[in-house]
Amino acid sequence: MIAYLLRSLVQAAIVLLAVALLAFSMFRFVGDPIANLAGQEATQADREELRKHLGLEDSILVQFGRFVGGAVRGEFGISYKQGRKVSDLLAERLPATLELALLSTILATGVGIAFGVYTAIRRDGILANAIMVISLVGVSLPTFIIGIGLIYLFAVELKWLPSYGRGDVTSFGWWTTGLLTESGRRSLVLPVLTLGFFQLTLIMRLVRSEMLEVLRTDFIKFARARGIDERKINFRHALRNTLIPVVTIAGLQLGGVIAFAIVTESVFQWPGLGALFVQAVQFVDIPVMAAYLMFVALIFVITNLIVDLLYFVLDPRLRSDRPEAGR
Amino acid sequence: MTDAPRTTSLSTPPPAGTPQRPPMGRLARAWDSDLIWSFRHSPLAMGAGGVTAFFMLIALFAPWIAPQNAFDPASLNLMDGFLEPMTRGAAGNLHVMGTDNQGRDLLSAILFGSRVSIIVGFLSVAFSLLLGVSLGLIAGFVGGRTDAIIMRIADIQLSFPAILIALLVFGIVRGFIHPSQHEQWALGVLIVAIGLANWARYARTVRGSTMVEKNKEYVQAARVMGRSSFAIMREHVLPNVMGPILVIATINLALAIIEEATLSFLGVGVPPTQPSLGTLIRIGQQFLFSGEWWILMFPGLALVLLALAINLLGDWLRDALNPKLK
Repeated sequence: MIAYLLRSLVQAAIVLLAVALLAFSMFRFVGDPIANLAGQEATQADREELRKHLGLEDSILVQFGRFVGGAVRGEFGISYKQGRKVSDLLAERLPATLELALLSTILATGVGIAFGVYTAIRRDGILANAIMVISLVGVSLPTFIIGIGLIYLFAVELKWLPSYGRGDVTSFGWWTTGLLTESGRRSLVLPVLTLGFFQLTLIMRLVRSEMLEVLRTDFIKFARARGIDERKINFRHALRNTLIPVVTIAGLQLGGVIAFAIVTESVFQWPGLGALFVQAVQFVDIPVMAAYLMFVALIFVITNLIVDLLYFVLDPRLRSDRPEAGR
Repeated sequence: MTDAPRTTSLSTPPPAGTPQRPPMGRLARAWDSDLIWSFRHSPLAMGAGGVTAFFMLIALFAPWIAPQNAFDPASLNLMDGFLEPMTRGAAGNLHVMGTDNQGRDLLSAILFGSRVSIIVGFLSVAFSLLLGVSLGLIAGFVGGRTDAIIMRIADIQLSFPAILIALLVFGIVRGFIHPSQHEQWALGVLIVAIGLANWARYARTVRGSTMVEKNKEYVQAARVMGRSSFAIMREHVLPNVMGPILVIATINLALAIIEEATLSFLGVGVPPTQPSLGTLIRIGQQFLFSGEWWILMFPGLALVLLALAINLLGDWLRDALNPKLK
């Protein structure tokens, strides 16, 4: 157990270090940090001083060490475009993105499992087939088209829901949430639907195929033979055995959800990290790009770790102390 | 597929008097092949193929069939802005799909836009094919540490969404280009960014089949004959690992077109003077609330149709080439 945990942690650290190296090389070698920070009127002496102040004269290894040290504390320097500390920019926008991503994941997992079970049980039903066709279309459509379609239907034609921004938000210290106000909740609906849709179709298809497989196994046939209630077979016996891969995929997708939020946030002018990143790419604002890259990598590594641990809880074979012997 | 050139080199020249026979024969044979048979018996595949072919044709001939040169600012008339579909502009020419805010004829813009989307799609797929297949071949053939490093990079890349990687590459490459030349290089940067975001899948597939192929007798024979590793990889292993790549490339073409559209929609893709389908949708979204629905609707429909058709074609190809399903 300890060895397993340690191995996961070491792997996570290596991935993070590799991404940090990439982020650092971006920071150091793409464009000239001095030219970007000093502005047009700076004299040669100013530039020299800034160069010294940023520590660009030290060896590359020392600079990388300093970059990693800063990254651990969440410091990524100053945005070229906005002239503010990157850490402040990120902290300001983090709650918006996290709220969006978490709600979408909850929606996608909940509805995805429900639809997946339904389409597996009523395999030839009209409704089940309709759901499958819609999911097929959903997989092939780009996210931003789905978002615009939702805006057109619910904001332009029906005028039910707002199409941009977060509405009124309540803040608790550094955290802000739109869940506590009417306009905040209404603003969340369309972005959450847009972001969750792709995830939803993915989870639904996964649950459906896993369910179909489990429903064919002997222990389900035996349960039927014992005369157990069909509902109990479906939910207590079959569904439970499909959940391991579903947990994995749903967990691993969280990083993906945050990256997909780039597109969703741009469609809905959502003041989150993704929109910040797109702006940074447009203006080649390297410190912000580097920080965002590190952030996504961190989320990715954390979700991987959690999934690894969940495996441990869900799959008893991993818990045996004899490595590989149990199989 | 790889058989075709070989048969030509083996076949004896046709006797005089029947010059048309061999090509006809080959055509007929191709018509009878499993792949074409499956294509002819799948209405969905034929529909998707038709739509795809249609888009390829209009993309190819856009400069000759479009009523207006959508990329030439001189041909735009601001007085013709926001015209509804099926109305006539100041010069009396009919705008079947209406015009956008700058008086650009939307039908022409879509024709030219599909051209940009398809060109970027094809070139970026070609780029990632070249990169992915070479790296996969090297990883599978050389093995050892080279293999471990290449595949670890591919693993990390595959776990990040392609759109994030494309955005990142786009930003980095632009950092190396002087801002005054951004527009000029935009298409190239876009192709590199999308290509770099998608090579890993090819590498993984090719590596797998290369590891199988390299232990076969024909590779050993080539080695005994003293051929260099590079020659063996290129001339002997490569033709035998290309089969599954075709399917991935087809599906990737749809993905690349969608990625290009997404990047352009985000405002980091092609310059607004050469709008692709994504740029047109971006422009259209600004006028969604003021009632000019056609600026968004027609490019959106074109993109959806194109992506859906290529996707369906890829799905069909995967099933048709999958021996397990026969």
